[in-house]
Amino acid sequence: MSRPRSSGWLGALPLLTFFALVFGVPAVVLVAGAFTAEGRPSTANLALSLQGGYLTALLGSVKLSAVVALAGAVLGTFLAYAVVTSRSRLLREAVLTASGVLANFGGVPLAFFWIATLGNSGVVSGLVGLPSGSLYTFWGLAVVYLYFSVPLMVLAMAPALDGLRPQWREAAANSGATAWHYWRYVALPVLAPAMLGGVVLLFGSAFSAYATANAMVGTVVPLVTLKIAAALTGDVLIGYENIALALSLDMIVVAGLVMAIYLPLQRRTSRWLH
Amino acid sequence: MAALTGLEPVATAAPAKAPARPRVWRGLVFLVAGLYFLVPLGASLWYTLSSPGSGVSFAPYAELLTAEGFASSLTLSLGLAAATIAVVLLLALPAMLAVRLFAPRLRPVMEVLCTLPLVVPPITFVAGLSTALRNGTELLAPTPFWATIIAVQDPGFPIVLVLAYVVLVLPFVYRSLDAGLRTMDVRTLVEAARNLGASWPYVLLRVVVPNLRSALASASFLTLALVLGEYTVASLLGYQPFAVWIVTVSGSRGQLSVAVSILSLLIIWLLLLAVSTVFGKEKRQ
Repeated sequence: MSRPRSSGWLGALPLLTFFALVFGVPAVVLVAGAFTAEGRPSTANLALSLQGGYLTALLGSVKLSAVVALAGAVLGTFLAYAVVTSRSRLLREAVLTASGVLANFGGVPLAFFWIATLGNSGVVSGLVGLPSGSLYTFWGLAVVYLYFSVPLMVLAMAPALDGLRPQWREAAANSGATAWHYWRYVALPVLAPAMLGGVVLLFGSAFSAYATANAMVGTVVPLVTLKIAAALTGDVLIGYENIALALSLDMIVVAGLVMAIYLPLQRRTSRWLH
Repeated sequence: MAALTGLEPVATAAPAKAPARPRVWRGLVFLVAGLYFLVPLGASLWYTLSSPGSGVSFAPYAELLTAEGFASSLTLSLGLAAATIAVVLLLALPAMLAVRLFAPRLRPVMEVLCTLPLVVPPITFVAGLSTALRNGTELLAPTPFWATIIAVQDPGFPIVLVLAYVVLVLPFVYRSLDAGLRTMDVRTLVEAARNLGASWPYVLLRVVVPNLRSALASASFLTLALVLGEYTVASLLGYQPFAVWIVTVSGSRGQLSVAVSILSLLIIWLLLLAVSTVFGKEKRQ
């Protein structure tokens, strides 16, 4: 048994090699390119990526993701609570299954759904008298992103809400707590890690979304993913791809910061909910 | 005692009030959610079925089958999905087994590696990848590897997309397989088989894989769903699988692209249904 024990880890080698090649090399190239301007090491690209239109796009992405994450978290939590406390098993199953499907429904098809509904020649926009072009805005995009964010939040919150024991509520009531007291001092602290985890998940998925925004608004709404794509494909102007790399690095830093908040939280998430 | 009686009205009032009030807000929540989620569905369906001149017809759906590029882009996507599933399972399964059996200390490393692609936005991955490909093609031009890096980018079957997709689906595959491996005692099974004289390939194919059937199936279905809908990587690297084709066709034929969107929602639904039935069977056993 000693021989295979010492060489057994070699089974992991193909995956590690693959990862180093396909993920590691582009990562190194990305960082190296972001810090290179005109063939020399420099921070000019990064400086450029944090001003003017690029900064606007980065802030636009952060703002959109924050709006979607907060609104999605609140609406998703309400919906999840309504589902969990409902006595109808059928309704519960239906909503959870639909959430599973819709949370995975993003990208290009999602954009076309909303264009057919609220776009300029959409079915509903005429009925409600929506002014032309109002879907192709920041708020239009936020409404569209909620279509996958709310179900994502429902999926994140349903198990946590299921874990709230009725005995806790009874115990609180028996000790003289009002509904407000129960929520403020018992339920919300227990749910908080799951909720914050959900917010982070929603933020991340909205922040990195590209396909929906590209198919829906083109470049009308400034978003960092759209800027990166434009800089990557606009190879007419030499040196622009390094701006794309610098912008990518900005994005990774934002995503990394968000994860740094999320990971310690996740460790304590399930302390009460077993 | 006084405190206890003081509490009594609260205790009796709560259950009497509880059923009446929540029912109203719950109804309201379901009504708003139902409207928000069902209206776009219905409107899209209506958009594909009716046109101002000709009334209601299923023409966009029939048109789909003959539309130029539909068959070729769909076959490309299905081929990419099949290759991705094969590669990711061949890489991940031995690695996860090896870590579990022989190198438990590598486990946190593995976990971090397999979560990284989820944290890094796909578009930044493409930015790095396309730059690496461009530089690589230049750098390797004088060497024999040049042919390889060109072959990888063959427009007929872009292997580079398979490589990128393997990275993107790795987190989901890792989670599925990890959940599957948790349900069985891998060490005992493998050691028993080895002691009885089974070779490593035999152990893998006849002992481990059959026990992981449902985890492997769900990993494959998730990969299929992800690859079929993937747009960012493919479009920025300049290939035209299914999702990219839909955008191309949407410019000239709006109804067709919405019809495809409805079909893709159906496909996601079917694939997830398959995952849940596969896992449901597992639970019942």
